[in-house]
Amino acid sequence: MDIQSALFYLFSAVMLFAALRVITARNPVHAALYLVLAFFQASGIWMLLKAEFLSITLVLVYVGAVMVLFLFVVMMIDIDIDALKKDFWKHFPLAAFIGAVLALELASVLMGGFRSSQIAVDPNTANGLPVSNTRELGVLLYTEYLYPLEIAAVILLVAIVSAIALTMRERKDTKAQNPSEQVKVKAADRLRMVKMDAVQQPVVPPAAEEPKP
Amino acid sequence: MNITLGHYLTLGAVLFALSVIGIFLNRKNLIVLLMAIELMLLAVNTNFVAFSHYLGDMHGQVFVFFILTVAAAESAIGLAILVLLFRNRSSVNVDELNSLKG
Repeated sequence: MDIQSALFYLFSAVMLFAALRVITARNPVHAALYLVLAFFQASGIWMLLKAEFLSITLVLVYVGAVMVLFLFVVMMIDIDIDALKKDFWKHFPLAAFIGAVLALELASVLMGGFRSSQIAVDPNTANGLPVSNTRELGVLLYTEYLYPLEIAAVILLVAIVSAIALTMRERKDTKAQNPSEQVKVKAADRLRMVKMDAVQQPVVPPAAEEPKP
Repeated sequence: MNITLGHYLTLGAVLFALSVIGIFLNRKNLIVLLMAIELMLLAVNTNFVAFSHYLGDMHGQVFVFFILTVAAAESAIGLAILVLLFRNRSSVNVDELNSLKG
């Protein structure tokens, strides 16, 4: 067994164990941390498949952003763990049956159909010269997949806006501007014209009576 | 013994089955349901990368790139909805979210 096979089995074993702990952990914080472990192992497996850019992206995006978001949310809200775990094992027989059937069917088809496959052409050396995976991916993304890339950017923008809009809460004691009200304002609301004479007679106060000498 | 495409696909299949079991088991906890969906996406992405490597086709990796984007957006919005839900109902129990049931 060469080093690559050994690494594959090591990463796979740790990843499956971590996934098992994700779905059976009592505490959601532990589940999130095991999910981080599973993502790290998946990153190693993708590295074995020579997809360096995606494997580093998985660690950066998933472990760095998404899982930290998960951890924040899990720790921020106060969950009653015992109530959630009350009939945890009620669905276990059905779940185990369906999972086992699914895994066995998929594995039998896949191991039967794809066991003898060999590497056709290494994508990174397809045109003769060895090029980096990142360069290949970038060339594809910015030429053939340019419009899908723009759509992906719009999806991310929608996600940002909707996540902020959903969770924003109006507080009573903070002062804020309301831009729509500010735009809607008319000149008459700000300035009041008062009709009056152009020249006004000066009002002479009645002179106080001078004391006679 | 060399690692073939079948090994990677089997790994993806077992991971997918584990996350399906997780969805059945954690019927009450919305957070763990979201995590199980992330695991499913990870299994699918592993399949994509394995096919991309063994067929010598970079388009599979581009697809994984887009799946990662959409998954990040999905989990951000899902967690926002979860926070909103917990603020209103003080619970993340899926069984209690039956206001729309006729």
